[in-house]
Amino acid sequence: MRDQGTVIKNIDWVVVLLYLAMVLYGLVSIYASMYDPVDDLPIYSQALPSGRQLIWIGTSLVLIVFIGAIDSKFYEVFAYVIYIIVLLMLIAVLFVGKEKAGSKSWFGVGEFGIQPSEFAKFATSLALARYLSNPLVRLEKLKEILTAAAILGVPALLILAQNDTGSTLVFSIFIIPMFREGLSSAYPNLVIATVSLFILTLFVPQIALLAGIGILGLLVFFLMRKTIQNISILVVSLSIVSGVITGVDYFINNVLQPHQQSRIKVLIDPNIDPLGAGWNVTQSKIAIGSGGMIGKGFLQGTQTKFDFVPEQSTDFIFCTVGEEFGWIGSFLLVAMFITLFMRLIFLAERQKIKFARVYGYCVASILFFHFLINLGMTMGLFPVIGIPLPFFSYGGSSLWAFTILLFIFLKLDAHRTQILSRE
Amino acid sequence: MLFLMFEQRSKIIGFVFLLAGVVFLAKLFYLQVIDQTYKDAATSNSLHKVLEYPYRGLIYDRKGRLLVNNIPVYDIMVTPRDVKKNMDTLNFCRLLGIEKEEVREKLLTARMYSRVKPSPFIRQISHTDLARIADRLIEYPGFSIEPRTVRGYDHNNLAHMLGYMAEISPEKLKKLGKGFYRPGDYIGISGLESQYEKYLRGKRGVKFVMVDVHGVQKGSFKGGILDTAAIRGENLYTSIDLELQKLGEQVMVNKKGAIICIEPKTGQVLAFVVGPSYDPNLLRGREFSKNYTMLFKDSMKPLFNRGLQAPYPPGSIFKTFQALVAQQEGVIDSNTIIPCTREVVNCHPHPNPCNLRTSIQWSCNPYYLNVYRRIINQNKSKNTYLDTRIGYEKWKLYAEAFGFGSRLGIDVPNEVKGILKSPKYYNKIYGENHWKYSTIYSLSIGQGELGLTPLQMVNLACILANKGYYYTPHLVRGIGEKRLIIRKYLEKHVVPVDEKYFETILTGMRWAVQMGTVWSSARMKSVIICGKTGTAQNPHGKDHSIFIGFAPKENPTIAVACVVENSGFGGFVAAPIASLMIEQYLKDTIERKNLLEHMISRDFIHKAIPVPKEPEKVKPVTPVADSKPAKKEDEGPGNSN
Repeated sequence: MRDQGTVIKNIDWVVVLLYLAMVLYGLVSIYASMYDPVDDLPIYSQALPSGRQLIWIGTSLVLIVFIGAIDSKFYEVFAYVIYIIVLLMLIAVLFVGKEKAGSKSWFGVGEFGIQPSEFAKFATSLALARYLSNPLVRLEKLKEILTAAAILGVPALLILAQNDTGSTLVFSIFIIPMFREGLSSAYPNLVIATVSLFILTLFVPQIALLAGIGILGLLVFFLMRKTIQNISILVVSLSIVSGVITGVDYFINNVLQPHQQSRIKVLIDPNIDPLGAGWNVTQSKIAIGSGGMIGKGFLQGTQTKFDFVPEQSTDFIFCTVGEEFGWIGSFLLVAMFITLFMRLIFLAERQKIKFARVYGYCVASILFFHFLINLGMTMGLFPVIGIPLPFFSYGGSSLWAFTILLFIFLKLDAHRTQILSRE
Repeated sequence: MLFLMFEQRSKIIGFVFLLAGVVFLAKLFYLQVIDQTYKDAATSNSLHKVLEYPYRGLIYDRKGRLLVNNIPVYDIMVTPRDVKKNMDTLNFCRLLGIEKEEVREKLLTARMYSRVKPSPFIRQISHTDLARIADRLIEYPGFSIEPRTVRGYDHNNLAHMLGYMAEISPEKLKKLGKGFYRPGDYIGISGLESQYEKYLRGKRGVKFVMVDVHGVQKGSFKGGILDTAAIRGENLYTSIDLELQKLGEQVMVNKKGAIICIEPKTGQVLAFVVGPSYDPNLLRGREFSKNYTMLFKDSMKPLFNRGLQAPYPPGSIFKTFQALVAQQEGVIDSNTIIPCTREVVNCHPHPNPCNLRTSIQWSCNPYYLNVYRRIINQNKSKNTYLDTRIGYEKWKLYAEAFGFGSRLGIDVPNEVKGILKSPKYYNKIYGENHWKYSTIYSLSIGQGELGLTPLQMVNLACILANKGYYYTPHLVRGIGEKRLIIRKYLEKHVVPVDEKYFETILTGMRWAVQMGTVWSSARMKSVIICGKTGTAQNPHGKDHSIFIGFAPKENPTIAVACVVENSGFGGFVAAPIASLMIEQYLKDTIERKNLLEHMISRDFIHKAIPVPKEPEKVKPVTPVADSKPAKKEDEGPGNSN
């Protein structure tokens, strides 16, 4: 290990300490979420998720040592190989996987399960970074954009085939590193516009929206220069927009599965079914809201102590944080994440090779997407999409996957000075 | 220019990330600090986890008669945190029928245990009392009702083997509690209740109930889909014959000792009678501690299980074992004749000299003094002391194979090992190379440094009945509906004595009953009983009367051992009692009513006879160390660990 010493010296300790703090904060919260005063089991009890999470944390630390030991060039050289292996795993799981909570996405090994979709995130990041590391690729030509989209699209579609919508949506966030590397801002704008329009459709009656669009169209028509080209652009965009508006209803009622439909409907009005689909959102908001400024205190929560919501210690872990540690605890959590994101962007920008920079943005973006959707979901801002909160949620696959994702980047960063810029 | 734009883009991304964080914090501040609705919702909408206690497994006898059942009772639990300070104590006391001082004390105890966890306040309220209390208890927050069951018995037999239940001790709770037990839970303390606890107890269920701010239940949560039902405990199907057991307990009135009957082909216990005994109904319910103290202080030690825990000198029943070992060792055969020379040990009048068969029939003491010498001193060494040691070690291996000196492993806890000394013991007492046959010859006729529990005695009877093997004695022959059996009770234990050596001994035992040491009234007309009497000297008074036997001679279905302390000659007390047990089991009725009444009427406890009347048969050469059965009484079943 010629460079082992340099790894320890050059590794970014800010991120490492943040990682450790978040994992421990998560462990404590997992314990609190499943703590039963009647049984009074200790945090390390293997009968509790926290006890098993402790094992996952331990194995993650071993993983970190492995990642540190592997040559930093390995990840760039073998990026596509890793990507292909993960793709094969994603295909295999469709045939031999175990079904769990409606998603056929697990390789079962006894009581533990491995979820290949968790590992698809870092594999896709490596592949995308590798593709974009070619200095000639600037995401300006349509062919380049389509190639990048294919790298993201294949795993995304395979995961969708597992019926794991939440993990599929994660792949949309790769638009951020692509945007950073030169993708025209028209694309993210288009995405934002479509999503805004979609959300607008949910809250504003269709007729009013169509009328508004019509008036807007007329206004533009009178103000613009009436060339053939402009008129046709206007007509096309108007028909696309009204298509989206009328299509939303169809999309919700016919394309989405019943549980997804109700999750979206509940978002609009949580009271339509407070004990059914609205239950998670309502209970989650009650748990967080009842925490107050300083929280009810460690293990003193009353709302999250019962294992009635299956995702108590996984996707809804933030409820426990909010209930037991209050706004102060929530602030700490949010601050830790934002600090991590800012630090990652800073580290990404200081990379000398494009591969490492793209990968760094991928890491920051994936973590950000989970943070955004997971917290938004528990607060009732987004529909219930089952994705874990990085480093906090209980679960071996996700903790391992996020650890690998993050520490590959730290490994690349630790060696940035040894590599001559190839740009 | 392009470079600059890239720099900008990284700032855009950073800004978006930061914005999300700020929006979240703002929304959280609104949710958690400003908006009060969620705090109210939390208190008005909480879920309670209600535990459902499983129905404890029942215990049946071999003919499907209930030995142990369940009776529902109710505990009033208290959660100190929720008790109102300004509670209407006067009415509360009137409702429960207790004193004000008692309430204060009990609350204090509960608070010492935990402020937030419920602990028992009043135990085992009957169903009728509950109806009166339940409705009004809602007015007192912090108190709740928990249904439980206590054990019930339709008879008053088999107390020692069934065992009893009691509240789990704090130490035990700490040791094994956290997964399953909670304070106030009942756990099997002795007997089958303790041995089969994990099968009997079943599995607790959980019910999620919505509760409003007043603690009133608003129904089950989500229609109960997350509730788990309590799983009832497994029933135990024992091999006990309740009628036989009843007869045995009837006969053992006013006697100390034990009668154990076993089906020799399987090792299943048919009856396990201990005298004196107690009514199992005494050790259940609210009266437990009062009655337990009473039984514990009783000078007759009714809690002491003599069948498992009292090692007795076996006396002459041990000759059957000596005869088998001597034949296997080749030092005698069935024709060996030895004269009844009463130089060292005494004997009683009988035809002289004896061969092997008649030595059993008449229980000749000098015969076995000689036989045991032949076993011990086989001239393996020129040195007498060393030769004795070699012989003794060999002999001890046989004794161990017959189950002496170790726990047999019956499925009831607290069995003792009995007494079988190692050469080290003699070395320690007499010094190495300072003891020889004349030191240990008492063992030849089952006296001296030897102690067999009645269970080990009946096991010897089983080995004789089976001509060379036994199954570990056990009561439970089926757990649950699948009738599972613990594997070790299906293992055949073969003793290292060839089958051919049994024949002469069994014939001798058959003649001992027909025309030998056994009192004539113990004979049965239609059934051939094989048996051997024992009359054991002991330092507590009159000899112990001992008998082992089995019947019928061909294909035996019952083996029996009977010990009656301080009642005299084996053939006069133990043998007739054993024959009554055999008659009841084989004939399902007792025709010899006079004998039955006579045996019931004998009292060997209250007419204290401290001085032995009969002449001593053994010269007291060796100290009769550790052969005092009463010495072990101190560790009665009260200290059950």
